[in-house]
Amino acid sequence: MVEGVEALRPDLAVIFRSVEAGSRALDVGCGDGALMAALRDHKQVDARGIEIDGAMVERCVARGLSVVQGDADRDLACYPDGAFDYAILSQTLQTAERPDRMLKELLRVGRRAFVSFPNFAYWRMRWALVRRGRMPVTRHLPVSWYETQNIHHVTVRDFEALAHDLGIGIERCWFFTGTRECGRGAANWRAEHALFELARAD
Amino acid sequence: MGSETPPDLAAREDGAAPAAPRSLGLSRPLPLDSGQSLERVTMAYETYGNLSTARDNAVLICHALTGDQYVASTHPRTGKPGWWARMVGPGLPIDTDKFHVICANVIGSCLGSTGPASLAEDGEPYAMRFPVITIRDMVRALVGMLDEMGIERLYSVVGGSMGGMQALSMAANFPGRAGRVLAIATTSRHSAQNIAFHELGRQAIMADPDWQQGAYYGTGRAPGAGLSVARMAAHITYLSEDGLTRKFGRRLQDRDAVGFGFDADFQVESYLRYQGSGFTRRFDANSYLYITRAMDYFDLAEEHGGQLARAFAGHRRGTEARFCLVSFDTDWLYPTAESRHVVHALNAAGAPVSFVELSAPYGHDSFLLDVPALDRVVAGFLHG
Repeated sequence: MVEGVEALRPDLAVIFRSVEAGSRALDVGCGDGALMAALRDHKQVDARGIEIDGAMVERCVARGLSVVQGDADRDLACYPDGAFDYAILSQTLQTAERPDRMLKELLRVGRRAFVSFPNFAYWRMRWALVRRGRMPVTRHLPVSWYETQNIHHVTVRDFEALAHDLGIGIERCWFFTGTRECGRGAANWRAEHALFELARAD
Repeated sequence: MGSETPPDLAAREDGAAPAAPRSLGLSRPLPLDSGQSLERVTMAYETYGNLSTARDNAVLICHALTGDQYVASTHPRTGKPGWWARMVGPGLPIDTDKFHVICANVIGSCLGSTGPASLAEDGEPYAMRFPVITIRDMVRALVGMLDEMGIERLYSVVGGSMGGMQALSMAANFPGRAGRVLAIATTSRHSAQNIAFHELGRQAIMADPDWQQGAYYGTGRAPGAGLSVARMAAHITYLSEDGLTRKFGRRLQDRDAVGFGFDADFQVESYLRYQGSGFTRRFDANSYLYITRAMDYFDLAEEHGGQLARAFAGHRRGTEARFCLVSFDTDWLYPTAESRHVVHALNAAGAPVSFVELSAPYGHDSFLLDVPALDRVVAGFLHG
């Protein structure tokens, strides 16, 4: 692994490996810019970001990254069609006002998209809900229902169905438990979070 | 912008000498947007830090409406420290150990660069014969100065307020001249409200009988009352309501009860009068007319066929410059939406841009004041 890359979250590490060198990428909800910096430094990617948290934007700017403070629900609209080879949305879909519109926007500004999200059908979630009858609070979703930013909980199967309905092609997918990648078998039970590579249907 | 401090009259009268003002003459006439041209243009400037042998570490700082070249050195008329001394210096965010910082007085102003108080070819001050100039004309003059200095490409151009307009105008009209463009608390166009406040200021000056159609130089009279009112009105737009409330509230000035008269009963009145009269000692009323006019005419999109994204077409491949825009949440003169508008245009043009809205209580003036987050963004953008 190259320097700075081993520290990436597992879904980001997969995205890092999968993005073509020298391409253009938009990281929506880029946080402190760790993925963007890795893509720029090791794969000569022209990376841009959107981040809602001003303190995170500051850190990105100090890393020499081009990041705009903004709200992905609104601000994606100001990017031209096909401006990027990749649009990246990691662990943010479930916070979107309208995840379906967000997916369409991602594939409007990017030829391809990487989308990762916590799988609400993960067995520990199901078990917690069944056993306690209350909204689960877990390692991946540590915030109570009333203060969580996650307003659209989604499962692997929900996501696949939405992609199908929107005519979006699923190119590849990866599943994770904790920090480790897990197999595709029974992913809707076994995966704590999921990553999809999407392409326009055309 | 910024606050006036008590002028040190004694020091001024015995001519307490600042460092010799530095200036250069442009070797060519300056073409203007009005179609006229300005002959024998003088640019007064200050520099800080050494120019590298490769001449690649120059940072041009563009000043605001009533600013000047004394960005980090004592103002010769007021004895005050430089207007951005907290930002520019050794080890500061705009680090003069690393950068060769240049700041020039804009044309139309009154601190040594050619303006309405300068002498025309007939040996008399231009006064209202001075041509109406634009922000782009100011930038042309700055670029002319850089040509004279032999600086082909700036490491960065930086400006707040009207300085930000110049930075954006330079990026649009001279896309190869700066590698990084930092525009703070600014806009790509003057709004109706912006123009309205400026018109109020201009009318106050022109209504002053001492203005004498602008030909007041050498008459022993100058439109101080009008200029003072203009400054008072403008100063309010630089602050936030919350800031004024916190600083003054309804507190009375040197009295326990209102005086049932028109003296400055309230502290805020006293403060504004002080700001106004302090300003008249350092600024020329005609310069105020010309520079506010230039700002009112500013519309970067209109210069480029009505589409702001086209203004930045020279940055399409992202190879020319990186941009950073900063706004403040309490700035109602050039609110965040104006910066976002520029950011969206830069995105549409494909230019690499960062943007952050900072939280600070001081309104538009926040860019000049103690806002640690601004220091971090400026340092981060220039060094990152």
